[in-house]
Amino acid sequence: MTRQRARASATPYLFLAPGFILFLAVIIYPAIRAFQMSFFDWKIVPGAVSQFIGLDNYVRAFQDGHFWLSLSNSGIYMLATVPPQIVIGLFIAMLLKRKSPTQPLFRVLFYLPVVTSWVVVSLLFKYLFADSGLVNFTLHDFLHLMNRDVSWLSARGTALIAICALGVWKGIGWSMMIFLAALQGVPETLEEAATMDGANRWQRFRAVTLPAISPATVFITVMLVIGGLNVFTSVLLLTGGGPGGQTDVVLS
Amino acid sequence: MTAQLQTARPRGRAVPASQTAATTFRYAALIVGAVVMIIPFLYMVSTSFTAQAYVLTLPPQFIPNPATIANYTQALTTQDFLLYFANSLIVALASTVLSVLISSMMAFAFARYDFAGKEIIFRVLLAGLTVPAVMLLIPQFLLAKDWHLLDSLPGLMVFYIAGSLALNTFLLRGFLASVPGELDQAMQVDGANAWTRYWRLALPLAKPAIATATIFTFLASWDEYPLALTMINNPDHRTLPVAIAAFQGQNATQWGLVFAASLIAIVPVIIVFLVFQRYFVQGLTSGAVKG
Repeated sequence: MTRQRARASATPYLFLAPGFILFLAVIIYPAIRAFQMSFFDWKIVPGAVSQFIGLDNYVRAFQDGHFWLSLSNSGIYMLATVPPQIVIGLFIAMLLKRKSPTQPLFRVLFYLPVVTSWVVVSLLFKYLFADSGLVNFTLHDFLHLMNRDVSWLSARGTALIAICALGVWKGIGWSMMIFLAALQGVPETLEEAATMDGANRWQRFRAVTLPAISPATVFITVMLVIGGLNVFTSVLLLTGGGPGGQTDVVLS
Repeated sequence: MTAQLQTARPRGRAVPASQTAATTFRYAALIVGAVVMIIPFLYMVSTSFTAQAYVLTLPPQFIPNPATIANYTQALTTQDFLLYFANSLIVALASTVLSVLISSMMAFAFARYDFAGKEIIFRVLLAGLTVPAVMLLIPQFLLAKDWHLLDSLPGLMVFYIAGSLALNTFLLRGFLASVPGELDQAMQVDGANAWTRYWRLALPLAKPAIATATIFTFLASWDEYPLALTMINNPDHRTLPVAIAAFQGQNATQWGLVFAASLIAIVPVIIVFLVFQRYFVQGLTSGAVKG
């Protein structure tokens, strides 16, 4: 009844208006503009006429070896960072699920990289992966896993390792937090019933926990893939796309 | 019945060995993980107390010897660091308050009303969530130029607010929708108008989700780098991330100085997080996850 009365009124639109108008102007319009610009030989100088060139920019991009290299870098980044963030994040959330006096402490420790700015953690990792930095020291002089120091940020492969390591290290806390929230919604009665039926830990996890948290898993995966496409700051500050543009990602 | 008996059983007797092993494993894994998370920070803290001459020496020093606070005094006194800090604080606070206000209004409309176009408007918001921010950089720059928003802090706020609207609305709508509507209807019968019901009822009820949205928005606007880098030219209007990245660019990187500045920059975020984290998980539970 109230719903019907509400249908006729302008109230919901008034509540939506400020936000939605701003959103259309500042996010949607530029997004359309970006798409439109991709069909023009765009002149950024005022007054200059931009020429419609159809799909030429796309043809140029697809013929450009550098575009493919950047695309594959972005692809590698997503493959190397999204699954570990989900798996490790869920694993830690499972470990932290039970309430205990130490739970808040661990939660804050794992979440610390998330709240730290990309600029700061990028510079921090540049420092850790420096030639005489902590990573080389740990792997070479301390654990003796490598027989020489590696110049991480000056070759494509090793620089990508550093960039991906940063992505995973920074992101685990975030997925852990969302999983932790989702795990609290798993009904305990279901778990108890499964235990009664003789299900072991792994079976309970597969049959009860995973299905119950699947909305969260979807949400996390979508957000991480978008975030993975968005990676920019860490690449810019760690390697500047170097050596010679070899670690550029699609967006740069 | 049987389930209760089973769970009650271990309480009286000694804890079974398998359970002790599981607890040990649990803590071992957590501690190893926490150490990996925390070591880079400890190293950063230690470097921030180290003079440039001793930075990156081998073997690495975790306790700086000699220790110095020169980096902190230098960061705080030179290069207008405090101005950048104030800039960032103003932008982040204003963006957070306005964004949470505007998106909670949208969430209220979505959760409490049926209206024509509801589905489409919500889909458009979700679609905006998937657009990579860096792709919008150039068109947003052109837009800012047309609207004379370049090189100004309020201009930056406009973009930060718009950028956080979709996620906040999504979180808050999920939370409000999970709160039963009876109270709202009761207030309506008593003659309360929509604004009163939003301000007096919906907002206080949505406290956990608002805390979550506040953390996310403050974090995003405090840390934002690419937009601030593109839009701000005047050094007086720089925000902290831009200033810190510039610290690193100048001549040979003074790592101690960079990290002293970074650590000062982390403090407000930690404060916001600790203040609101009580509600954080609760806000996520009904907001994002059941969405």
